[in-house]
Amino acid sequence: MNLELIIPELSLLACAIVIILLDLFLQRKGWLAVISLTGLVIAAGFTIAAWGNNPQAIFNNMLTVDKFALFFKLLLLAISALVILASVDYVSKFARFQGEYYALVLVSTLGMMLMAGTTELISIFISLELTSISLYALVGFLKDPKSTEASLKYLLLGAIASAVLLYGMAFIFGFTGKTQLGDIAQVVQATVSSGSPANPGLILGVVLLIAGLGFKIAAFPFQMWVPDVYEGAPTPITAYLSVASKATGFAIILRIFYSAFNLPAWLSNDWGMIFAILAAIGMTVGNIVAIPQVNIKRMLGYSGIAQAGYLMLGIAAMGLSTSNGIMGQSSLIFFLTGYAATNMGAFIAVIAISNKVGSDLIEDYAGIGKRSPLLALALTLCLISLTGIPPTAGFMAKFYIFSAAVQQNLLWLVVIAVLNSVISAYYYLRVVKVMWFNEPKFEGRVSSSGALRLALLLACLGVILLGVIPDYVMKLTEIAAKIHIF
Amino acid sequence: MNFNYISLIIALPALGAILIAILPKLQAKSIKYIAAIFTFIPLVLSIFLFINFDRSSAMAGVMQFEEKISWIPLINANYHVGLDGLSMLLFLLMSILGFLVVLISWKIDLRPREYFAWLLVLEMSILGVFASLDFLLFFIFWEIEVVPMFFLISIWGSGRKEYSAIKYVLYTLFGSAMILAGILCLYFTTGSLSMVDITRSGIGSFLPVIPAALMFFLFLGGFAIKLPVFPFHTWLPDAHTDAPTAVSVVLAGTLLKMGGYGMIRVCVSIFPDAARQFAPILLGLAMVNVIYGAAVTLKQTDIKRLIAYSSISHMGFVLLGIFSLTQVSLTGATLQMFSHGLITGLLFATAGIVMHNTHERDINKLGGLARQLPIITVIFTIAGLGAMGVPSTSGFIAEFMTFLGSFQSAVPVARIFTVISILGILLGAGYILWLLQRVFYGAPLDKYNGTKDADRLERVYSAVFIVLIFLVGVYPSILTNVIKTGISPIVRLIGG
Repeated sequence: MNLELIIPELSLLACAIVIILLDLFLQRKGWLAVISLTGLVIAAGFTIAAWGNNPQAIFNNMLTVDKFALFFKLLLLAISALVILASVDYVSKFARFQGEYYALVLVSTLGMMLMAGTTELISIFISLELTSISLYALVGFLKDPKSTEASLKYLLLGAIASAVLLYGMAFIFGFTGKTQLGDIAQVVQATVSSGSPANPGLILGVVLLIAGLGFKIAAFPFQMWVPDVYEGAPTPITAYLSVASKATGFAIILRIFYSAFNLPAWLSNDWGMIFAILAAIGMTVGNIVAIPQVNIKRMLGYSGIAQAGYLMLGIAAMGLSTSNGIMGQSSLIFFLTGYAATNMGAFIAVIAISNKVGSDLIEDYAGIGKRSPLLALALTLCLISLTGIPPTAGFMAKFYIFSAAVQQNLLWLVVIAVLNSVISAYYYLRVVKVMWFNEPKFEGRVSSSGALRLALLLACLGVILLGVIPDYVMKLTEIAAKIHIF
Repeated sequence: MNFNYISLIIALPALGAILIAILPKLQAKSIKYIAAIFTFIPLVLSIFLFINFDRSSAMAGVMQFEEKISWIPLINANYHVGLDGLSMLLFLLMSILGFLVVLISWKIDLRPREYFAWLLVLEMSILGVFASLDFLLFFIFWEIEVVPMFFLISIWGSGRKEYSAIKYVLYTLFGSAMILAGILCLYFTTGSLSMVDITRSGIGSFLPVIPAALMFFLFLGGFAIKLPVFPFHTWLPDAHTDAPTAVSVVLAGTLLKMGGYGMIRVCVSIFPDAARQFAPILLGLAMVNVIYGAAVTLKQTDIKRLIAYSSISHMGFVLLGIFSLTQVSLTGATLQMFSHGLITGLLFATAGIVMHNTHERDINKLGGLARQLPIITVIFTIAGLGAMGVPSTSGFIAEFMTFLGSFQSAVPVARIFTVISILGILLGAGYILWLLQRVFYGAPLDKYNGTKDADRLERVYSAVFIVLIFLVGVYPSILTNVIKTGISPIVRLIGG
């Protein structure tokens, strides 16, 4: 037992417990945020310290600590820290339950971190549930009808998705007799090379896995929950769902499909093509339905569906790759990093604006550019990045992932994707237009707390730096993309 | 020469924009002075580069003042800028216009801080487009330009400004989406993002995984929207009509030229075979551009819209020159881009003064202004003569060379299209003279008594335009020497 390998997770768990206990005694709840942040920083410190080590597995190969897992853990911790910073103002809406709120955020982060490292079907499922159950509670935290409806909807659809995923896992276990991803890969390759025809049970299992995990990443046609849940949930949690939950979903898809089903080539070509088609439909549907939205959270929800479409280009490129190239994986990880900075920035700006305007309707954003230019500038930057206009993270990410797709002869998909970027410009820039050109409905500056401003500043810095000097992070993603198979 | 002139020229407007945006409590006056300074220094430096540009034939096809720094080694992208005879000219043009549009905007009072910041960002991005020698860098500058244009048209424009702005953005993004796809294909085929390397080795030396014709049309589509080529031109009249005066000047002066520049730099230089193969179709489109553009210009009643449509006609000449694929015609097309930037820039600037002083833009309601506004009348007439291509103006020499070249072209049917396109000059004389007659000559109207004539600043920048128009018209070899070093290697590639 190498418990030191999961020290980041353990320290986060300890922090969550400390918060729940302290919540009983502390009068000034503001300290809870500070403690959560400290816990996250400590966990990040342990994660960075482990970066130099060789890949190792613990608990009978159930958990792996490789660069891939470590990179995602760092990314998730950073997102989580931004969410906590963005929540400081927001939690005053539910004064009595602040301790639970922070603890649940940390526990769901814990689940996601575990998921980034799991290499075995049962532990994948357990960490997925750990994450999901915390998120169901967080979505319903506002306790108003909309939030409750969102939570219930998320719970019901999430449970169905979990069932589908479990069903798929059962098929795969039935076919291979193994639950560890590396063992599955060996059995799959051995059976196929021995000449037996493709087993429909295995194929069904793979398809069900795609469906179950597709729910997490909001891929078409499993995206039905997204707009309602995004609208009803507390905005920091919406941001958290749209970024961290999606990143984890992609991490686990990369892990499973690369480790277990990358060979034989026909199998990976099959699921690669499934992802390519889902990507094409997902980005088109997401972008077109986003156009008529009047609520900015719903709009960002649909935009997230479209972004998931772009992200799936990376998986498609990985599946269709004939050589050992890792451009698909590494561009996907880079896209996730850029998307995390951009979308967090957008949501944080939305929190800051909505706090004052008291509404999430796009029309109520009128004249924010006059009332508080820096806030409007930050949101504009993030929306430009989501559109994919340089010099922002969004552009570099798209360039990288599109070129990975072109390398695998997915030119048709790239053409659909670039045309989709044009469609998306229409609704992203409409928000920009309302902010800068329309006359304000209310007077007075939109002020925001220091924590929120810090979070926004960090996110915007990320957007700019990843757009102008992406080299360093690209190198990291390339290292992280070498997924280790035990 | 190791000093990084080009980077400095590109960076200065951006620096000015940042200063204007962040310095607290700036007076409108000081904002304008900052903008003027941060465009004047690049202008001086550009002129310095132009003078020091090595015009000898040994330098043909060599990039001068080159700077190259590794930027993203992972995807083989470099920060690589440099100028050859082709880009030098357009780079210089943008520097000139960049300074002049600040003067043209001197009367802007609405949110001056944002206005001048965006204007400087616009200048930076266009300068970057002309200087970039790396496809990724080129594309980044190409895309950045959309953002300031969106703001400039929709805040400081007039009429249906928000509609025009979003129309402009969507057309441009649609075009750049195609260019991006083209760049990705080219990157996949060659493994390089360097324009110089790909041009030198030729696309034929790589495995034809993706058909060259497909890449040619992806790039061409993007550039054709920008130029604009019929039938992708419909964004142009709206954007021009509703944009503020200074933005119209930049739009006509250099933004359209990005399309022409791209066609020569990428479509013709990198895909010479495809260019030869599809030249007849493009010459046909050029003819439609010239005639259709001129015909539609004739019936316009809005003074800015009229000039906008005349640009479509003039860009037809550029397209004709480019795809006639001869040394003379390509030189003529490049010269036409430079000359049109000056002439149409001056037309828009003067039209802006007329609109500002008379508060009227409908040609039918204007008339007889020669009596009340004698100076503006003279300036506008000179610009009009340039647009008509009267000898001794730059317009004449540019169009003359274009037609001379395209008439000798080896491309089949080029002669027929050239002869028909020459009719465009006739139509051009028609719409310009008719415009002058309706707006400036004829019986003076009482309601314009006491209207202000051009003030000193307006006279100064108009004089600069006029001097340049005549300088190029009388002594064209000051430019053609430079153009030749850029064009001759391209002509060798085409084998024409």
